[in-house]
Amino acid sequence: MRRLAKAVVLGVWLLITLFPLYWIVVTSLKPKAEIFSMPLRYWPGEVTFEHYEELFSFADFGTYLLNSLVVSLVAAGAVTVTGVLGGYVLARFSFPGRGALMLAYLVTQMIPLFIALGPLYLLMSDFDLLNRLAGLMLVYVAMLVPFSTIIMRGFYERIPVALEEAAQVDGASRLAAMVRVVIPVMLPGIAATFIFAFVQCWNELFLAITFIDSEDAKTIPVAMNSFITQYDIDWGSMAAATVVSVIPTLILFAAIRRYIVEGLTAGAVKG
Amino acid sequence: MSSVARPAFTARKARFIALCLLPGVIFVVVFTYYPMIRGAVIAFQRYNLFDLTSTPFVGLENFRSVLAEDRFWTALRNTGTWVVVSLFFQFFLGFGLALLLRRQFRGRGLYQAWVFFPWAMSGFLIGLLWRWMFNGQFGVVNDLLLKAGIIDERIGFLASPGWAMTSVIVANVWYGVTFFAIMIMAALQSVPGELYEAASVDGASRLRQFWHVTLPHIRPTLALIVLLRIIWILNFPDLIYAMTGGGPAGGTDIVTTFLIQQVIGGDYGRAGAVGLLVLGLLLSFSVFYLNVTRFERSR
Repeated sequence: MRRLAKAVVLGVWLLITLFPLYWIVVTSLKPKAEIFSMPLRYWPGEVTFEHYEELFSFADFGTYLLNSLVVSLVAAGAVTVTGVLGGYVLARFSFPGRGALMLAYLVTQMIPLFIALGPLYLLMSDFDLLNRLAGLMLVYVAMLVPFSTIIMRGFYERIPVALEEAAQVDGASRLAAMVRVVIPVMLPGIAATFIFAFVQCWNELFLAITFIDSEDAKTIPVAMNSFITQYDIDWGSMAAATVVSVIPTLILFAAIRRYIVEGLTAGAVKG
Repeated sequence: MSSVARPAFTARKARFIALCLLPGVIFVVVFTYYPMIRGAVIAFQRYNLFDLTSTPFVGLENFRSVLAEDRFWTALRNTGTWVVVSLFFQFFLGFGLALLLRRQFRGRGLYQAWVFFPWAMSGFLIGLLWRWMFNGQFGVVNDLLLKAGIIDERIGFLASPGWAMTSVIVANVWYGVTFFAIMIMAALQSVPGELYEAASVDGASRLRQFWHVTLPHIRPTLALIVLLRIIWILNFPDLIYAMTGGGPAGGTDIVTTFLIQQVIGGDYGRAGAVGLLVLGLLLSFSVFYLNVTRFERSR
């Protein structure tokens, strides 16, 4: 009886979670007439890919996809390397200013970045970085460095120092010990951090819409935001865009799901 | 903090430390701290993007102008509702889910994969998703409620301020339960098994075990998660931005969407002032909250 009740509750919650996603997929596959007709159809009478075709012909979604991919991959890569180096130092050394740096990094996680939005725009304009993917990458890296460093530090602290010391006794330099002994143990954590950073960049909206309005440099969220006009949204295309833009994230999250719990709790949130 | 011994500080190591840290530090200083501080300074200047010929310091003028605006006070009240109601449901539903998922059962991994995945979506996409579902005419929510006989005619969910706030909160709860479930699951797993064994030897019921073993053990973690979450929900305009744009008539504006409107309007002076007000609010709340929860812990 208990088990049945538990199964029912879990089932209901699964349904609540999945239905909106089901609904957006179904909408993206319906012909226009069917999207805006009554009664609503819960199963498309006729499946069409016209909204997807529209995205890649009428809108230049291919370019946006590529832009998002480049920005997210490069920024996440840079963030991960920075975190691997910085986290190591914070976990393994004590030096003047260590505590202050940790605090400075933690504070960036609490202060709303939106305060900086206007001045960042001016800064980007001074450096001639508006409407450039490079500019977006720089800001994304800065936004994610504190997070990746703190998380990485958490991962390092769980690895016994003895492991590196053994390597160093065998004559390896500190850096060599780190690369050959520590990094392999850390790989799952590194992968999780990379993917997490990637997803943050992939999804980021407000910095992107502030700095980017040229067609060539739009990322997916910027492009989708420009699909929204004051009076009308083409819901077929919007649904298709939603589905397309969520696929990479889905694949990545499926890959790291089992590290998420670990990764999240490694750094700041340790009871 | 870790208990590992750290090597002592020497000049040779200093170079290694600097090399590892500098890239990150430079990025954060240039693209985070500098703009934040400049934003704080601009709050005391007249600073409009469309007229930068003169940017004099005007003291508290920006704050006065923001505080004199009804829309700001509406946004502030809305922020309270948005944070408290969202948090309440996210917490209790997430806690429930975490308890149900605590023990291993067949298919748990697969279940988690599906049920956790709203979290992989951005707030912006979730806003769009629910904007479509809450559509007054073609929205599936209306259709389902009609079919279930709960309502007699379609509701313009996003057209009236009260319903719009309810709608964005529903979407936010849908999104946020996962986060709480993940964090609380992690906390639950940190409770040592021996504690339960000892308790059951003493003949404590499941409920008593939960109350006297589980809860006290995870309370510090819960307190921290809740604080982080409050800050995060407050700084989370993406969903509202996509779903209602703060409308209708400011009915779903929160302080952060209000701030973004100032930036988009080019009035960086006022944006800075709103930013500082939000920051002050967050800091004083955090200090208050940490004091209260530390008190709880030492009791």
